[in-house]
Amino acid sequence: MSEHVWEVFRQERRGQPFEHAGSVVAPDADFAEAWAREQYGRRGESVALWLVPRDAIRDVEDWADEFDLKYRRVDGYSIKARLKEARELAAESAARSRGAFSAGESQ
Amino acid sequence: MAAIGIPRDEQAFLDYVQGGGQVEATDWLPDDYRAKLVKFIEMHGNSELMGVLPEREWILRAPTLQRKLALTAKVQDEVGHAQLIYRVVEDLGKPREQCLADLISGRSKFHNVFHYPTKTWGDVGVIAWLVDAAAIISQKALLKCSYAPYARIMKKICWEESFHILHGRDVILALVTGTPAQFELVQEALDRWWGPLMQFHGNPIPRDEDPMWLWRIKSQGNEEARQQFLDGYVPQIRELGLEIPDPKLRKRDDGTWEYSEPDWDELRHVVTGHGPKTEERLAFRRRFLEQEQWVRDAVLAA
Amino acid sequence: MSPTDALLGIADDELVLGWRESEWTGIAPLLEEDVAFSSIAQNEIGHARALYQLLSEDADALAFDRPPGEYRCAPLVELRLLDWAHTIARRWLYETADEIRLGALKDDPDPEVAGLAAKIDREEAYHRMHAEMWHERLRDEPRFREAVEELWPYAVGLLPEQLRAELAARTGLDLPGDTVLRGKERGSHTDELAELWGEMTMVRRSAPAGAQW
Repeated sequence: MSEHVWEVFRQERRGQPFEHAGSVVAPDADFAEAWAREQYGRRGESVALWLVPRDAIRDVEDWADEFDLKYRRVDGYSIKARLKEARELAAESAARSRGAFSAGESQ
Repeated sequence: MAAIGIPRDEQAFLDYVQGGGQVEATDWLPDDYRAKLVKFIEMHGNSELMGVLPEREWILRAPTLQRKLALTAKVQDEVGHAQLIYRVVEDLGKPREQCLADLISGRSKFHNVFHYPTKTWGDVGVIAWLVDAAAIISQKALLKCSYAPYARIMKKICWEESFHILHGRDVILALVTGTPAQFELVQEALDRWWGPLMQFHGNPIPRDEDPMWLWRIKSQGNEEARQQFLDGYVPQIRELGLEIPDPKLRKRDDGTWEYSEPDWDELRHVVTGHGPKTEERLAFRRRFLEQEQWVRDAVLAA
Repeated sequence: MSPTDALLGIADDELVLGWRESEWTGIAPLLEEDVAFSSIAQNEIGHARALYQLLSEDADALAFDRPPGEYRCAPLVELRLLDWAHTIARRWLYETADEIRLGALKDDPDPEVAGLAAKIDREEAYHRMHAEMWHERLRDEPRFREAVEELWPYAVGLLPEQLRAELAARTGLDLPGDTVLRGKERGSHTDELAELWGEMTMVRRSAPAGAQW
């Protein structure tokens, strides 16, 4: 029976992603459609379905990250500490400019 | 974050699921986990399928068009649930044909409530309202099942069951506000169904002795489920003027419910295939399964 | 036949066929088909209800409170057919016939009737797809072919005379003679109707008329 498994992806509302909802066993696309329509839409819970034979799906599950290329991920940057430092420097610099300016002014 | 590989080690697997981890059909599963999972899920599928039989005769007898439609939809959902559940079992390695063969031969089990007769329209209300309520409590506890494919179908199942409870409650309310004879239909049905309802969640084995809990297949113990049922539904039953046929039923000071000890021997006897309607219903299923084998052959042939 | 009688005939056909088809809930040959077939049965009853509502304030009373002899359904829908070959044969023949009579009804001078016929027809499109799908799959099965032949006169008996040639053209089968048709046309009832009606109305009849359910 497993050679006849069709995976069903459903869209709940227009514009939303198609999400995997389950599977039906059917001999061809017509039966798969007739049966998926009822199993995944009889209560109006889907506006669209994608039916895909299970064999057509390629499973991808692992990635190699041997060299820890951190620049590719959000956790590869520690923004907070540097931002704090940059703000402090900018504040100090602004204070010095005002001091120099007023010093200049008063001359 | 890199995907966490499931280590092929039973203790590590146990730690993983007890820490809230979930697994898929293609992951490594300990043999004991897989075996218990298949048995548990298969029994669920069997129950949905056998649950159809007590109710389908009332579809034919429904007293209004609306009730006929609602009841047909409810029973249809149960067949739909069986389809979802057997697909999960199939992807765990046991074909649907084998599950159905084991069901009709009595090798596998289904829940106690579906071994009992239905006698009146009152049963229709009580089943849809209270039996489904008891079931939904168990089913909500499966939403966090460590086996992800099962957890995912439970979401759809729970959503659909909520319609059933509404329908059941509506049927009951119409009867209890109707003629005295109609009220009596509900009371009489409740008198018959209370015993099986109290047995439904199973005998109160402690969570730490329940493999279903240890493997995080269930996220709730049996007694916890039963207490939840009583808490939710005893007040609702009583407020309609119905009497619960258990003189010992009362809420203790600590908030837990005290009740007459259910007949665990009866439960065991029924679930092992000796219920009042077991043989008849299995024979009915067997008749149609065998009669229509040619259709499956014609449809599923290459 | 008055226009009301004609509509009542269609309503009764849909009610009784929906009733017969809901007998398959839970025991259809495949679980997936069980779910789909149950939707078809519900749709039929929904159509019956809509038609009854056109004809009466109280659709339930019209649906259930007449004695069996007053129903206007055709014999085809009354038959208990608890085997799949006959069930699907009837499904396919019924949809083909129904499409023809709905086509005529969509031209009805009464806009309410025409509108309802159009609505029903749009829903029936899925039923027709389903029936065609099964017909394709089973057309070479001897069981199925025999069932179609057996039920063919009943299918012809569903339609008024002026629509029968169209049905014959669509199915490729020859119109049967009068002797074959006797007892299978609208106006006759089978022995099965009384038993069906008895079961269908037993709960309803257990309370006084007008009781709420």
